[in-house]
Amino acid sequence: MAEQVKENTVTLTIDGVEVAVPQGTLVVDAAKIAGQDIPVFCYHPKMEPVGMCRMCLVDIGYPVKDRNTGEAVLNEDGTPKIQFGRTLVTGCTQVVSEGMVVVGYSEKVQQARKDVLEFFLTSHPLDCPICDKGGECPLQNLTLAYGPGESRFNYDEKKKNLKHVPLGDLIFLDRERCIHCARCTRFQEEIVDDPVIGFYNRGRSLEITTWSEPGFDSYWSGNTTDICPVGALTTADFRFGARPWEMLEVASICRECPVGCNLTLNTRREAKSGGKMVVKRVMPRQNEQVNELWICDKGRFGYHYASADDRLTTPLIRKEGEFIPASWDEALSLAAEKMQAAGSRLVSVAGGQLSNEDYFHIGQLTEHLGGKAVLYSNMMGGDLTTKVGMGPGSNLADLGAGDAILVVASDLEEEAPLYWLRVKQAAERGATLIVANPRATKTDRYAAHIIRYEYGQEAAAILALSLDRIGDSDLADESFKQAAKAFAEAENAVVFFGSEGTGMAQSDALSKACANLLIATGHTGRPNNGLVGVWDKGNVQGGWDMGLQPSATLFDDLKAAKAAYVVGADLAGDNPAYKQALAQAEFVVVQELHHTATMELADVVLPAQSFMEREGTLTSGERRVQRYYPAVPPAGESKADFAITAEIAAMAGKELESVSAGLVFLGIVGKFKDYADLDYQALAEVSEQWPIIGREDLYYGGTGYANHQGLGVLLGTAAGRGEPVLIDGFDLPDTGVDGLLAVPVTRLYDQGNNLRYAAVMFPRIASSYVSLNPADAAGLGESVVVELNGFQVEVALKLDENVPQGIVVVPRSFGLPISAPTPVVVKN
Amino acid sequence: MAEQKVTGHHILLRHRDIPEIGEFEVYTAQGGFETFKKVVTTMEPEAIKQLVLDSGLRGRGGAGFPTGRKWMFVDDNNWPHYLVVNADESEPGTFKDREIMSKNPWQFLEGIMCSAFAIGANDIYIYLRGEFWQIAHELDRQIEKLHAESLLGEKLFGTDYALNIYTHLGAGAYICGEETALLNSIEGIMGQPRLRPPFPPAVGLYGKPTVVNNVETLANVALILEKGAAWYRSFGTAESAGTKVFSLSGRVKKPGNYELPLGTTYRQLIYEYGGGIMGDGKIKGIMSAGASSAVIVATDEVLDTPMAYESVPSLGADLGSASVIILDETVDMRWLINKTIDFFKHESCGKCTPCREGTFWMQKLTTRIASGDAGEADVELLHNVAKNMQGKCLCALGEFSTMAVASSIERFSEDFKV
Repeated sequence: MAEQVKENTVTLTIDGVEVAVPQGTLVVDAAKIAGQDIPVFCYHPKMEPVGMCRMCLVDIGYPVKDRNTGEAVLNEDGTPKIQFGRTLVTGCTQVVSEGMVVVGYSEKVQQARKDVLEFFLTSHPLDCPICDKGGECPLQNLTLAYGPGESRFNYDEKKKNLKHVPLGDLIFLDRERCIHCARCTRFQEEIVDDPVIGFYNRGRSLEITTWSEPGFDSYWSGNTTDICPVGALTTADFRFGARPWEMLEVASICRECPVGCNLTLNTRREAKSGGKMVVKRVMPRQNEQVNELWICDKGRFGYHYASADDRLTTPLIRKEGEFIPASWDEALSLAAEKMQAAGSRLVSVAGGQLSNEDYFHIGQLTEHLGGKAVLYSNMMGGDLTTKVGMGPGSNLADLGAGDAILVVASDLEEEAPLYWLRVKQAAERGATLIVANPRATKTDRYAAHIIRYEYGQEAAAILALSLDRIGDSDLADESFKQAAKAFAEAENAVVFFGSEGTGMAQSDALSKACANLLIATGHTGRPNNGLVGVWDKGNVQGGWDMGLQPSATLFDDLKAAKAAYVVGADLAGDNPAYKQALAQAEFVVVQELHHTATMELADVVLPAQSFMEREGTLTSGERRVQRYYPAVPPAGESKADFAITAEIAAMAGKELESVSAGLVFLGIVGKFKDYADLDYQALAEVSEQWPIIGREDLYYGGTGYANHQGLGVLLGTAAGRGEPVLIDGFDLPDTGVDGLLAVPVTRLYDQGNNLRYAAVMFPRIASSYVSLNPADAAGLGESVVVELNGFQVEVALKLDENVPQGIVVVPRSFGLPISAPTPVVVKN
Repeated sequence: MAEQKVTGHHILLRHRDIPEIGEFEVYTAQGGFETFKKVVTTMEPEAIKQLVLDSGLRGRGGAGFPTGRKWMFVDDNNWPHYLVVNADESEPGTFKDREIMSKNPWQFLEGIMCSAFAIGANDIYIYLRGEFWQIAHELDRQIEKLHAESLLGEKLFGTDYALNIYTHLGAGAYICGEETALLNSIEGIMGQPRLRPPFPPAVGLYGKPTVVNNVETLANVALILEKGAAWYRSFGTAESAGTKVFSLSGRVKKPGNYELPLGTTYRQLIYEYGGGIMGDGKIKGIMSAGASSAVIVATDEVLDTPMAYESVPSLGADLGSASVIILDETVDMRWLINKTIDFFKHESCGKCTPCREGTFWMQKLTTRIASGDAGEADVELLHNVAKNMQGKCLCALGEFSTMAVASSIERFSEDFKV
């Protein structure tokens, strides 16, 4: 908004302050820019105005013009003559015009605000002392400003209402507190397109209710509690947990998916946690280039793993089959000795949620010892995004009419909710959205073109989208041709590739096909063009950038390992095949937060710090490097992953920085070209964002936090630097199977380790299941046995017409051993 | 209600002159649907709009906006266009549209069909209040008949013009008589008013240019097109052309619908046509526009005031839909405002704060005041609450809810003395 060009601006006066704002700006927004706040309840700068609450009434005057000449009529003193309207108008529905005069501080307007506020209070309970919103409540603030000292409403006549209505498992509604501003219902409908809550009844009996089963069935529900201007909506996680003024705010970054949403962790030291400093809630922190003001419910409620009671607090060494607590020196020297001895038969496996600093050190140590460092991910192409990724100056919010977005092999809302939202918004601004996926997803609602290929044919489908090859494709119907044309001719084009139905081989071919398409159509090396990996874990891109790669032979690598160094990855828990492989490794070092199936197989266990306890950087799918900060003291004797690795390295004869993540980052800066211009200060820089939130008024953006701790930096790409970019040739994977084919897909709410500790989310996480087309389910019951990769698992059967015939959709991290498309048998 | 022959020259209530006009054959024998044929085959939409503007026809739903001008606002750069007929007649004291639709349906239908052609609409929605289901069923049969007679459907009279009519029943919400809430209701979303502007002729049904007109308004159109603007202007006053159906109710001897030229005085309506006050008592007040009306003290000057759009405002009220409710000395104004507020509190949609909370508050206060349990401070508070609502509501419902309350306290203060 601040970047609009001069000639499209309008100058107006708001309570004596002259301000120039873009054409089309609403009066309330102009007032916010001018620093002359107009109070609002229903208005939210991210949503269409509705003018319901009537709190923003202002007096608006327009310059009088001579009807014949069109010239401004002047007063005797030479100032323009202003004609005010007969009645007050809502500032949220009025667009600015040249010379407009807005008055908020007249007696008339101030009285109107008092009147409207009094109407609100006739039905609002006086329970601020026990209300979660107390202390950060717009209604409370505005009552102090405009509220009457005494009620003229007869207390006995007050409407009583239910105060603990669960709209779903995660959100509670207090019907007495609700002021019917419709922010929550409009958010669900306009912004995230999950219209699962709405109004019921009318007049004073109007109430919010849920239409879905289960209730409030949306991945976005927590955001409604941020924008609720009263304490009507609260989360099951935080309600009655703490008062806002008791808590500190610490900046962090979410690592549940590759978006990298900016978070604020609210902490307090409390008696009920034994005097410890604990995280009480996770809130969105504004970053208009990443997550705007929103986060998904997994990011908001899934954090409990980092502070779980069963955290590992001391190093452990296995002696005679039992884990015995050990000193750091003892444990580290044993680990170092075994790893050094393993030499080329050392396999280091780094999980997908570690920091860049951790990856850097794991890579350095493993290289020093001559071993193999593996990034624990089933996706390929992280090198391609360094060549043809989005690049500096990009912002998905800039994509619109004339641009194209291709989303391939991804159920985007399940894999990365905020990417889904940003893509949806780009489509609403006019960008041509092409969705290529074997089954229908929510993303289809916004697609201009939908391409349905068969599982395994993803790379072939994308290859065919290159115009010169389209004739060879059997997918090439008219819509397909139009999609290819739209993509080729788009001013800017972005490709999101995910992991729907892909294993490593498919992902390798797909990512190369996508990069090829971008190069062939000239969509590289410029801002807002390029490839985005919708990675299967939060910092997979950072792992690639630090030189780590997934291994297609990980199973065999582990079996043959003399020493395995597993950091932040629960291989055994994810896949029983890895469990067998690890059991054959001679010596296993596991670096973890808490008890896992993998840890059970360890010879040495090293307790690591959670992301809340340390600092570091993450690199998002768009390759934005962002900093997170320590919020609470470490659990027990745990140490940061990079520090543990550095101490092992020191014992193995390699000097690595162990004191601070910021110093490790200097090593990264020195080694990797893309990171060369960065340092921790640059990552902490902020600039002005619209909408302006976080000021004292609170009524604008909600209770999400303003960003004072860094917007992050988008990395440069090889194409952006003008370096020649070549894509290696690749084979299209063979997909032919007789019988059913099992394909892995990602669900946002899975049974992985992170959510294992988020008790509030348990009711929202499905039991283990597979999905089949009803046509393939003849004779099968509600519970089936799945034979997959040599294992038999009993799971629930879901019938889904969106699943193509011949396919068994198997969700990842649901206890089923799958990492790639695999033949499968399903029986009773 | 009683059906009296009043002038013998009804325009809208023609069934009072021609009893069987509700039969298709009788209506066509009177030249029915010839105008529609003439319009579709020989007239340009612009000319029709101009003719209706020249006739001085104003909206009979209450606002009195010139009909021809509203039609001219329809955005011709955005298609399709819709005509929506507001048959949600729900104002307490208003019962004119019901009589027109049930007794003189063909003239009503021909009127809306001509109007649709004028604004370039191929689809008409008649939105009826839920209680009018019998009328809706009748209309459905009549629409079928029009299809059978090739007066509706594709390629009418060999032209490219196509027209369909659909009836749509509401679910019993007064607010759906507000034109934008009505559009929401047709669209299947909550019956709450939209922001205006944009007005329906720019952004209406399904986001498309839409004219929303009252039943009575459009029932005039076929005859205006047949007989001309000058003919229509020969009735009524300079600013209020034509006749109007006055729904007379309350403490009069002969309540009912009276179609009279605009400009007829209250005295004529009440005493000449309505037979005077029940029990020959003394008239006390007049509600000129149903429950939404400010209450007028019925002085001699008031009784001699012409009922026209331009003259009623001088009495501190509006002509509105011309539902004239007569109050005599037996009516306690405390009881009266309690009744009106009960209604508005029940019908407030709850969207905007002053109306949702204000009607609820006023209902509590008037209940106490009417039961005699209240003091003078409560009356003062009630007046203050009503005044505080004024000028702050999202739509007219909230504003109207305060009219009877504020005016009664101001003009009939004797009734509120404790």
